[in-house]
Amino acid sequence: MKAASGLAVTKPAYTTLYWETLLKDAVLAALVAVLLALPLVGLQTYDIGGGALGIRTHFDWVVMAAAMVFGGRLAWHFRPRRRRQGEIGGGPVFARLAARGNRWALPITLAGIAFAIALPFLPFSSRYLIDLGTTVLIYVMLGWGLNVVVGLAGLLDLGYVAFYAVGAYTFALLARDLGLTFWQALPFSGVVAAGFGVILGFPVLRLRGDYLAIVTLGFGEIIRIVLVNWSPATGGPNGISDIPRPSFLGLPFARSAPEGATTFAQFFGLEFSPTQRVVFIYFVILALALVTNLFTLRLRKLPIGRAWEALREDEVACRALGINPTNVKLSAFGIGAMLGGFAGCFFATRQGFISPESFTFIESATILAIVVLGGMGSQIGVVLAAILLVTLPEFGRAFAEFRMLLFGAAMVAIMVWRPRGLLAHREPSLRLTPRPRRARLR
Amino acid sequence: MTGVGDTRQPLLAVQHLTMRFGGLLAVDDLSFSAYPREITAIIGPNGAGKTTVFNCLTGFYRPTAGRLAMHVNGEIFLLERIDGFKIARRAGVARTFQNIRLFAGMTVLENLIVAQHNMLMSASVFSIAGLFGLPRYRSAERAAVERARYWLDKVGLTERTEWAAGTLPYGAQRRLEIARALCTGPALLCLDEPAAGLNRRESGELNQLLLSVRAEHGIAILLIEHDMSVVMGISDRIIVLDYGRKIADATPAEVRVDPAVVRAYLGEDGVETSSRTMVTDPGVVRG
Repeated sequence: MKAASGLAVTKPAYTTLYWETLLKDAVLAALVAVLLALPLVGLQTYDIGGGALGIRTHFDWVVMAAAMVFGGRLAWHFRPRRRRQGEIGGGPVFARLAARGNRWALPITLAGIAFAIALPFLPFSSRYLIDLGTTVLIYVMLGWGLNVVVGLAGLLDLGYVAFYAVGAYTFALLARDLGLTFWQALPFSGVVAAGFGVILGFPVLRLRGDYLAIVTLGFGEIIRIVLVNWSPATGGPNGISDIPRPSFLGLPFARSAPEGATTFAQFFGLEFSPTQRVVFIYFVILALALVTNLFTLRLRKLPIGRAWEALREDEVACRALGINPTNVKLSAFGIGAMLGGFAGCFFATRQGFISPESFTFIESATILAIVVLGGMGSQIGVVLAAILLVTLPEFGRAFAEFRMLLFGAAMVAIMVWRPRGLLAHREPSLRLTPRPRRARLR
Repeated sequence: MTGVGDTRQPLLAVQHLTMRFGGLLAVDDLSFSAYPREITAIIGPNGAGKTTVFNCLTGFYRPTAGRLAMHVNGEIFLLERIDGFKIARRAGVARTFQNIRLFAGMTVLENLIVAQHNMLMSASVFSIAGLFGLPRYRSAERAAVERARYWLDKVGLTERTEWAAGTLPYGAQRRLEIARALCTGPALLCLDEPAAGLNRRESGELNQLLLSVRAEHGIAILLIEHDMSVVMGISDRIIVLDYGRKIADATPAEVRVDPAVVRAYLGEDGVETSSRTMVTDPGVVRG
């Protein structure tokens, strides 16, 4: 009781007991860490020749992990606690950003778009960077699409990648069997994916929350397994290759054009370079993503968008107000799926090759993580989360096998720090203008 | 005022309504009528089947037996046969809920605009006219906002249009829910315990609001309530339920002294018939 540590100042009467609790807690955490670390880092397999595997032990790493967790857990108790009661946690930067979202949203958005357009021409730009940017933008687009279903309509969808796959395969098959180009197939990809969205929507009309999540998870797997097994049509696990690349108003990006055609480089009198196609593909996805954004922002301010949000808030009240919940749900699934289908079509033309490998559950999980981390329903939040989730594993490459560990830790940290996502500010879809005569801007 | 042998055309005619949940008979052969421009109250001890009647009227339950006919503009709508979500639009029946059901994360104004969904949806032509901001949709949206503004003024929430509905104080949430139901343009407004949890001043304001809704808009009101200052103050007729059966159907003055009603509320030995005792039902206050 007479301990005079810094702690004793705040908790004078309970010091001994307090330390005991703290230590017990930290030891418990360290024990859990040992249990987890033992199989994960403590045991390592290696090739001992002749195709056999030997086991190497790394107990020093296990001890290190336990020590780190023990120390970390203790340190956790002494973290600064400045939060007022009832306030949902958050760093000051994003909180301020979200609160002033109204005033700064437009400049930030414009700056972001300007940066995205300028990216390929910046001095430090490289092919790798543009490729990375393209990947980020695919996930941004998928995030915005899934945001309609999860963020606005509140329907937890764990199988979103299915629509991405449907869009990609629709284009691949149309190109292989009917010879359609990317731009011709794009609308079909969206329509077919939307159709699948509605098909998924029907059986899950009465489900919500966990139950809905399980069914959509199953749906995603069904699509993937059909793609693997239906070899005559989809090529099975080998996938479909030689998917045509997009052209610029009919001008292909190639070293030499087939007879009677001119290439992009020839037409503009440029030297041929493979980078031209990479840059063009980057701009295609940028345009698609921006159109997706405008489309969903606009829908949110329309009766259909407000009905989605109302459905998320209270389905019973919706029925009592004369809103048909069936139509509202199916339209959310359909439109969300359509946007996923567009993204899938782009993915197919970018890769030139698709196989079921690209459409596993981990993709659905990543897209959902982008929406949740970004802040449900927040468009800019999705962009931030997509950049974070795509580039973090890239930066992590230096850490080799700890890459995914780092990635997971970052996600946990974000959710502890900002439990409602990076930007959880909700902008009203319309306001009561003081001067009703004046036309509203939005 | 209005007796049993009333010959006027009712707005809502409920005939032989029966609702059975397994072995439980929640509503037993109930018949009553609600007339245009009248406030009809349904009262009764807890578990008497009042809310069940509302749920049958608004399509949340399909009655075991009975006929629920709404007479609107010379047309007859049989509520027991219409899909639940169509009742508000076609038959003009709007309701509020005993445990408030607002769209808590949306603003006050948005709650009222969502209530006008069907009108706005047809103006937006499957969202296409809305997507391109065609004048037809824009004027429909302006009209919807004006209608919302009118009811916001009426219930005294104009200052709080941008509050999230869930952050409003309790009394304001109740008023917002009534305003939301009114925004659907109903012929019959069904209120499930609108005064529950309100203080004396607030329930006085509620009385004024309901009276003006009836007087200025000719909307009939069907009211479930335990607060006798509301029921006795504004009702034209009171229907008393007990164990799913109708035990009285008369004017407030008559119900007040009806021996069957007194027995239902106070037990066999009940002597006091003042409105104060009727309020002190321990199960009334709900979260």
